[in-house]
Amino acid sequence: MKQRIISSWHSFIQLSKDPLLLGVILLLLLSLVLFIIYPLYKVVVVSFQVNGAFSFKNFTDVLTYSNGYYLKALFNSLWMGVATAVLGTLIAYVFAYSLTRANIPGRRFFNLIATIPIISPPFIGALAVIMLFGRNGFISSTLLGMKNASAYGAKGLLFAQVLTFFPVAYITLRGVLESISPTLEDAAMDLGGNRFTIFRKVTLPLSIPGIASSMLILFVESLADFGNPLVLAGAQFPILSVQAYLEITGMGNFAKGAALAFILLVPSVSAYMLQKYWVSKKQYVTVTGKPTQSSNDVVSPKARWILFGVCCLIAFFIILVYASIVFGAFAESWGNSSKLTLQNFVYVWRVGFESVLDTLAIAGLSTPVAGILGMIIAFLVVRKKFWGRKFMEFSSMLSFALPGTVVGIGYILAFNKHPLYLTGTLLILLLNFIFRYIPVGVQGGVAVLKQIDPSIEEAAVDLGADSNKTFQRVTLPLMVPAFFSSLIFSFVRSMTAISAAIFLVSARWKLMTVQIMSQVESGRIGAAAAFSLILVAIILVAMAVIKLILRLKYHTTSSILSQ
Amino acid sequence: MSVTLVKVTKIFTDQDDKSKEFTAVDDVNIEIKEGEMVTFLGPSGCGKTTTLRIISGFEKQTKGDVYIDGSLVNDLPANKRNSSMVFQSYAIFPHLTVEENIGFGLELKGLKKSQIKSEVDVIMRTMGLSALGTRQPSQLSGGQQQRVALARAIVTKPRVLLFDEPLSNLDAKLRDQMRTEIRRIQQQFGITSIYVTHDQDEAMTVSDRIMVMDKGRIQQLGTPFEIYSRPTNHFVADFIGRANFFSCMVKSVSDVVTVEVNQKQYQFPAFNKDVKAGKRATVVIRPEGLHIQKNSEQAFFNGKITEAVYLGATVEYEISVKGRTEPIVAISYNPVKEGLYKVGDEVGVTFDPISAHVIL
Repeated sequence: MKQRIISSWHSFIQLSKDPLLLGVILLLLLSLVLFIIYPLYKVVVVSFQVNGAFSFKNFTDVLTYSNGYYLKALFNSLWMGVATAVLGTLIAYVFAYSLTRANIPGRRFFNLIATIPIISPPFIGALAVIMLFGRNGFISSTLLGMKNASAYGAKGLLFAQVLTFFPVAYITLRGVLESISPTLEDAAMDLGGNRFTIFRKVTLPLSIPGIASSMLILFVESLADFGNPLVLAGAQFPILSVQAYLEITGMGNFAKGAALAFILLVPSVSAYMLQKYWVSKKQYVTVTGKPTQSSNDVVSPKARWILFGVCCLIAFFIILVYASIVFGAFAESWGNSSKLTLQNFVYVWRVGFESVLDTLAIAGLSTPVAGILGMIIAFLVVRKKFWGRKFMEFSSMLSFALPGTVVGIGYILAFNKHPLYLTGTLLILLLNFIFRYIPVGVQGGVAVLKQIDPSIEEAAVDLGADSNKTFQRVTLPLMVPAFFSSLIFSFVRSMTAISAAIFLVSARWKLMTVQIMSQVESGRIGAAAAFSLILVAIILVAMAVIKLILRLKYHTTSSILSQ
Repeated sequence: MSVTLVKVTKIFTDQDDKSKEFTAVDDVNIEIKEGEMVTFLGPSGCGKTTTLRIISGFEKQTKGDVYIDGSLVNDLPANKRNSSMVFQSYAIFPHLTVEENIGFGLELKGLKKSQIKSEVDVIMRTMGLSALGTRQPSQLSGGQQQRVALARAIVTKPRVLLFDEPLSNLDAKLRDQMRTEIRRIQQQFGITSIYVTHDQDEAMTVSDRIMVMDKGRIQQLGTPFEIYSRPTNHFVADFIGRANFFSCMVKSVSDVVTVEVNQKQYQFPAFNKDVKAGKRATVVIRPEGLHIQKNSEQAFFNGKITEAVYLGATVEYEISVKGRTEPIVAISYNPVKEGLYKVGDEVGVTFDPISAHVIL
């Protein structure tokens, strides 16, 4: 212990020789404490306090409230999380396996289809469920002629969540399956295994850690999801994140809202910790010196066509969802009149133009800041030794584990008093977005830095560069592609964010996502669809611009190092 | 430009458990003369790379002094030391072209663009890289990357050139070719060079002197001939080439050493000063120093052939001898003249005294 204190003291002394570095580190640590830890701390404190004294009363209150209504919400949320995790992972695994192993036709197309939901707002699934299966739904009403069909409740929500989150699982599982060397399967086949045995004994066991990881991620995403349940859950099927929101904005009861947020926080953070510190360490890495070639014959022709059929079915649903959004945006009145019109867009232009500008300003300002901070934190965490390094890494990544609802409640609890009175300002939205999407940049930056052979930086020093020059001339240019791809991701997330931001918007500062939700709530489905379409279009344009910059300036669309 | 290490020691402490220590370099003393090429040779973990990194300034020794060209450089950071390193991974900047890579050090020195261009051109011509100037590193083969790394290191005219296992990522044929080329360029420019490797053939080819290391300590420092033919201890004899070891009793020591092995007395040249009369010692004989003939009373040892590998120019034999656990290894260099023996033959092993010597 004594030695640890001495060595941290030494590292502090070392740092004080470089005042700029020390200043940056202190400033970052302070901001992480203030804008990530402190709001969380407020949620915990408020939920465990009654009249300034420690108490469990808020929890006993919410759990017994109205014959266990909130208890049911907790149960529903957990059940929905598990169901989404299992179903989403299953679909994603079939999809990923078909694309990496089965050599089915149209792989580029399927890959594109699976990534579309990632760049669209998280409630598009919910919107489509209403348009397809609701009272005036295309399938329920127009095709099947059902009267008074309801899209609300567990089934509709499950459909929407699986659709929204399975791409996340798909990307995880595709990475896992790609990292399993096909030569292992060839070897198993060579040893006399038939194709199904190979899948059962080699491919599946090797992908178990990936499957576990993907389930935990989907569980966390589903628990944290706010947009879909707000639209679809309804009063009969309460969901925790929505109930916490209603408790605060509807009833103005901050203590109960905080208690619900805390209840939501526990399973999310547990699952996240399990994923990050246990499951992800179990990942098998099959290391090979040379790129491996496979006979690509692990799937029989019959199985290939079955998998192709399943992929087509999944793709069909995704296309159906987006087609209904597009069609709904142009339809005069969804379900009643299929005449095409631009009236929805005219309406959105009239009522929502201001929110488009606000959203662009907020995302456009917060994204680069989050990206730069993310890169700096990644650099410090990987390359520098200092007191608080572990804390910096942990707290900057923590946002991934925190449901937006909890963060939103934390922000309104933390920043409503002087000297930190920020309620209703642009600043609170910016800070929220910056610190919420810092992990994207940190993750990308850390990955790149770990790939850069330290001897590349040593070579620069060896040739006479000091640490400043080395960072400028070598490290920074190598991090640029990671920076831009983190920009894309955090921009998309900022544009489509709703769960935390819905607590922070005001009459002065509006967000498109929140506006879309209010259109849905007031039954203007067509307007909501048009609005969503505009949002997706803005994201696509922004992505294209960033990719263009990357290609023109750095002659690459991906990391330089991956070549 | 000489490099001198005086009592250099490097102790690493465990990051998590500060009480755990590991001595990577243990009391190393060496003086490398101007224009000389010295190889640090040893198994992995012997401290050779750490010693090199201490000289380059990437590691700081725990104890001892480093002098470059007579001046103490202990507190001089790597970027201020006038030494250039060729890295094992080449460490070519992936975002710069070949020309930009080679010119990087000159640019940092603040040379004019035109001057950088002409110096880079000269070095590229010397290294056979002229056609590749505008290429990206990812478009280069392993051998070309190796040349770029070398060109980048010598273009700044360093006083000391450091090689950290530079050929370990190349295939066998290219490795042979590059090690000759490295030696040629080193001699052409006359740069004092230190070369780290675990490959003894490489060390033999490129070095003026070899420093054999094990467990952080210098085991032997000498010319390739001395290291191979007069190893000072068991480790060196065993690590460099193959050797047969015979335990013996030292009878007397004068200009020659008289020892008793297998109840017979032999005299060898006295190279090792630590060999004392009345003590046990070991006789070292390389496989090529042994001859095989019909078994007889006069033979050094008699035994039975357990393995005979015919390679055309040579034949390698393993002979098992009663009372010895290790078989004796012998190479016959003129099988036509010396005759062929087959597995199971009872043979006698003899040797020339000149090709044997005594170690502790």
